[in-house]
Amino acid sequence: MTEFLLILVSTVLVNNFVLVQFLGLCPFMGVSNKLETAIGMGAATTFVLTLASVCSYLVYTYLLLPFDLAYLKTISFIMVIAVVVGFTELVIRKTSPLLYRVLGIFLPLITVNCAVLGVALLNVKRNHSFAESVFYGFGAAAGFSLVMVLFAAMRERIAIADIPKPFQGASIAMLSAGLMALAFMGFTGLVSI
Amino acid sequence: MLTVLAYILLAALPLALLAFFSGSLLGFAAEKFKVEGNPIADQVNNLLPQTQCGQCGFPGCKPYAEAIANGEKINRCPPGGQSTIDAIANLLGVEAEPLDAEHGVEKAVPMVAYIREDECIGCTKCIQACPVDAILGAAKQMHTVISSECTGCDLCVEPCPVDCIEMRPVETTTSTWIWQPPASTTLIASDKDKPNAAH
Repeated sequence: MTEFLLILVSTVLVNNFVLVQFLGLCPFMGVSNKLETAIGMGAATTFVLTLASVCSYLVYTYLLLPFDLAYLKTISFIMVIAVVVGFTELVIRKTSPLLYRVLGIFLPLITVNCAVLGVALLNVKRNHSFAESVFYGFGAAAGFSLVMVLFAAMRERIAIADIPKPFQGASIAMLSAGLMALAFMGFTGLVSI
Repeated sequence: MLTVLAYILLAALPLALLAFFSGSLLGFAAEKFKVEGNPIADQVNNLLPQTQCGQCGFPGCKPYAEAIANGEKINRCPPGGQSTIDAIANLLGVEAEPLDAEHGVEKAVPMVAYIREDECIGCTKCIQACPVDAILGAAKQMHTVISSECTGCDLCVEPCPVDCIEMRPVETTTSTWIWQPPASTTLIASDKDKPNAAH
């Protein structure tokens, strides 16, 4: 059990996907203007990432490994992620129009979120078991959501602050993202796996 | 040679299998979880005048139609006027209400925007306001209204900084004139009311 807790703490704080491993940066900069959309994006990503992590593990272990095709993992994972996203979108649109209204526009964006592919590939690289893959995927998504929400809240305050002209707009966003990454470096050494 | 081919086939087959399975899953899901568009919203949308003027408080006719399908009041469309309200009330089986004055008043005759071109300074503000792109022009160039596209929604009048836009009634030409049905049908002689009359 402690092992899974360690994976969670490690992926959320220590090896945060966005701020330490620099994966999934485009939604991090792109949809963090408003807190609401950031929460929507975080929720959608959490859902898809966990599911995609599981599916890609299954495909790798039960389809690619028996045929000795580990070198095809990237292309297979991309396909699996696209299918998971498409399927999720169809199901959500039918079953919960409310959830679809919140997550709808973000779902297709997740297909090209490199954090999703990153998690699937890292699972393979680190020889994770099934349960470890699930927790690794969920932890990565939780870390992504945490950083998204924090950053969006910060940008909402920055938007009304009095910023010198050369720093306005994208540059102050980049600067604050960099400062946040520095702050997250403080978690290094909290746990080690 | 054969071994190489076999090797390629062995790589392609599992991928093809995966692709086939994924495709079937998506195809099945698309059929199984099909969402029909709200038929009532579409029917209401057909009745609305499609001016896209936003006077109802929604960003266009389609969003207002969806809101009506979800229970919004039906009397918020000034361009459509009472006839549209009656038609929607008839469709939905609800009581027709008078037009809500808060959203604007119905104009007696159809209007079209007109730009007094010698006064226009070319600020493009009316172009940005026009919901149907019926105003032609560029920055610091004179603008003009494409009358056949203008829906008479009034939205361009307010943003004009030099007040050179006015609403004019649509001129009646031989192509726009509509036959007015006779007002009363008092006939001099008729056998309409007689019970045994041949029809």
